Amino acid sequence: MFYRENGQFKSSYRADLALFPIAQDRWAMLALAAIAFVGAPLLASDYAFRAVLIPFLILALAAIGLNVLVGYCGQISLGTGAFMAVGAYAAYNLQVRIEGMPLLLSLLGGGVAAAVLGVMFGIPSLRIRGLYLAVATLAAQFFVDWFTNRVAWVTHDSSSGSVSVQTLRILGHSFDTPAQRYLLCLALVIVFGLLAKNLVRGAIGREWMAMRDMDVAAAVIGIRPVYAKLTAFAVSSFIVGVAGALWGFVHLGAWEPAAFGIDKSFQLLFMIIIGGLGSIAGSFFGAAFIVLLPLLLNGIPRWLGLSMSTATSSHLEHMIFGALIVFFLIVEPHGLARLWSTARQKLRVWPFPH
Amino acid sequence: MRARPVGDVILDVRNISLSFGGVKALTDISFSVREHEVRAIIGPNGAGKSSMLNCINGVYQPQQGSITFRGQTFKHMNSRQVAEMGVARTFQNLALFKGMSALDNIMTGRNLKMKSGLLAQAFRNPFGFGSAEREEIEQREFVERIIDFLEIQPFRKTPVGQLSYGLQKRVDLGRALAMEPQVLLLDEPMAGMNMEEKQDMSRFILDVNDEFGTTIVLIEHDMGVVMDISDRVVVLDYGKKIGDGTPDEVRANADVIRAYLGVEQ
Amino acid sequence: MGFFLETLFGGLMVGMLYALVALGFVLIFKASGVFNFAQGAMVLFAALAMARFSEWLPRWFGFDSPVLANIGAFVLAALCMIVVAWLVERLALRHLVNQPGITLLMATLGIGNVLDGAGQLIFGSAAYKIDVGMPKEPLIVLDKVFDGGLLLNTEDMYSALAAAALVTLLTLFFQKTSTGRALRAVADDHQAAQSIGIPLGRIWVIVWSVGGLVALVAGVIWGSKLGVQYSISLVALKAFPVVILGGLTSVPGAILGGLIIGVGEKMSEIYIGGHLGGGIENWFAYVLALAVLLIRPQGLFGDKIIDRV
Repeated sequence: MFYRENGQFKSSYRADLALFPIAQDRWAMLALAAIAFVGAPLLASDYAFRAVLIPFLILALAAIGLNVLVGYCGQISLGTGAFMAVGAYAAYNLQVRIEGMPLLLSLLGGGVAAAVLGVMFGIPSLRIRGLYLAVATLAAQFFVDWFTNRVAWVTHDSSSGSVSVQTLRILGHSFDTPAQRYLLCLALVIVFGLLAKNLVRGAIGREWMAMRDMDVAAAVIGIRPVYAKLTAFAVSSFIVGVAGALWGFVHLGAWEPAAFGIDKSFQLLFMIIIGGLGSIAGSFFGAAFIVLLPLLLNGIPRWLGLSMSTATSSHLEHMIFGALIVFFLIVEPHGLARLWSTARQKLRVWPFPH
Repeated sequence: MRARPVGDVILDVRNISLSFGGVKALTDISFSVREHEVRAIIGPNGAGKSSMLNCINGVYQPQQGSITFRGQTFKHMNSRQVAEMGVARTFQNLALFKGMSALDNIMTGRNLKMKSGLLAQAFRNPFGFGSAEREEIEQREFVERIIDFLEIQPFRKTPVGQLSYGLQKRVDLGRALAMEPQVLLLDEPMAGMNMEEKQDMSRFILDVNDEFGTTIVLIEHDMGVVMDISDRVVVLDYGKKIGDGTPDEVRANADVIRAYLGVEQ
Repeated sequence: MGFFLETLFGGLMVGMLYALVALGFVLIFKASGVFNFAQGAMVLFAALAMARFSEWLPRWFGFDSPVLANIGAFVLAALCMIVVAWLVERLALRHLVNQPGITLLMATLGIGNVLDGAGQLIFGSAAYKIDVGMPKEPLIVLDKVFDGGLLLNTEDMYSALAAAALVTLLTLFFQKTSTGRALRAVADDHQAAQSIGIPLGRIWVIVWSVGGLVALVAGVIWGSKLGVQYSISLVALKAFPVVILGGLTSVPGAILGGLIIGVGEKMSEIYIGGHLGGGIENWFAYVLALAVLLIRPQGLFGDKIIDRV
């Protein structure tokens, strides 16, 4: 009964098309924004920022990017790590090689570089379908792994193979403390999240979903498969590239190619499957799940007072993680987003059963 | 009694032959379709009717023959070209986009008319900057008229996978209508429907033909419907044309009777 | 010329070994429609079992013969893989009937994680040895024809022969037996197969057991070659392009694909790798598979994906 839409009649299509048509949703988002922008900086600890909030935000952004390609457009991608790497290294090179380069432009430049690579490796999708397409993105993953390792130009001829970014400065204001970096990430993630949401609920989003659901029928309606697929790759890779740049610049600070290996690709894929394919909110849910789970699993032995070697606990963690993935896929294959919308449905009619 | 009289030939199919591997689906098929008419294609199962529509649509490329649309002749039709020229179709097995709502499915039919670019759509806002929001609202208004016409208002936000078969068929029709087609290809629009639903669908089809002057080419098994609403009929059997004319002419055709009822005693 | 032939043979033999791992993928995909990302973890688990049992059996039962230890270890490891297959079917696959491909793929990734952790927890995470008596000295042939003769790696040769034998057996099994036919039905459509009375659960246990046994043989071969450690599971990453190249559903495709990738890798490493700074074998197989797919989108022998509207 709290969630009823009683009395909320839309008298224009504009109102119906709004991002949050239900009044309760609007209040909830305002509250969430208040917590995120004001509450968190005041209350959270440095550890919380560094270990939880910042990685959550950046990975959520990457998950949104991957969801555009896999969830909305239905193209399998197993090489997300490579696109993050390209974003990170391109942004890095722009930042250190060009004197006085603004940070935001470097980040966007990283996104553009990743988008170019995305379109290149998206071209096979015009001919290859389904699981076979997985090979194209894996080729991208391993090729970029090798390229960033071997080609010295990429790492600005660093002798150790790793690169680092010290200061983050926008318009003279530098972002040093974890709280400041968190706010930077928050702002960027919200902006890109909104842009992505606009795309997926508009004409191009419907084209992507049409390609996912039935591409032959889509062609008959006049949707151009080439344009739809390549824009999906481009937009997805752009977002993932920006996320990669943020991951390197803000979260890691210093990194080497191994940071963007195939494990990262699988991690992101887990996020969008558990969070919910084809859902922007789901990307956030999935990222939260994947970031919080290892911390929880790590903490359990301590809380229970058990002592075990790090090797044992890491093996157990591995097992429990894998088991939870399988459990989740069995119980709710459409992910946390579906669980959430089912809960909201129930809330709408509470206290009645239906 | 009809708003627009039947006009000149708008679609001319000439000597179309189509095979898949060793199987000959269509052999030397020729027929014409006049503007504003209702043309039926009938025949036993496996006669090649859907394949014929697929050739007109560009889904299949025939090995031989040509298709002339409004004076322009093509050996191979490209799906998008065909859509741009104003030919829309529904599918025998309902090729709806199962992951989207009924409203969104019909909105995809408007894609050809939507002009906003990628960036405009990304920066869509209700404050008046950019054209994306305004265009979305305009197209929504157009699609709502189709939803009214097909009487599916209560189901517009439901994911199509959850709708009954009859309603899904209406959404399929709606999506085709959203393209504002000059020629509408309907592949068994009444399959699996009961008497009432068939009457509803016939009414929709005739209304479309009457109000908008859309030329209709329809594949249908129900002889009653075919005889009632079509102007002319083409009969296919085993990929060959065995009859062509008005419903009465075709009903009296000995070959057609033999194809449907088997060898005479 | 001699060096070229050496490289060629070396590539063919390694290719046979890739084909063996790829076969595990193809079998499971053919029969359950699942692309088993846990194959690498299965190879590691099986290899660990083999290595440790061959160590433990003499200690438990107090005998000396390494041959007996190896045989016993093989049998025990095979039993373990069958238990794993049974558990996977019971706890995971049974509940995922008819889910879309990507969900099943993710599930196998999860299963792989569990196997990784479990294997190392039960059997230990150090590096272990497998010694099944493979000869280690290289063989020199044709030293009359070529100067110095051709150097052939004997271990690889025996392994390739074992792999070829297993591959032949499995091909026959699939093509000629009624169980093989049932497996192919299941791969096509889970629910349809169920509705004509094919016992889905039992079929899946059989298939995953066979996949597990293939993983065991692959684990023994690779473990004997490289030692048993975590990196063995990465061999599976090499098998993906082999499977994709050959066609996801084709057993002969896996063989041919393996040979092509094996030769291609060796050749490219020697003849191209030098110019590019080396280490290209990590991505070469994938790029090669991609190039073939662009010409034949369903792989060499895969089933063409036809959509009916």
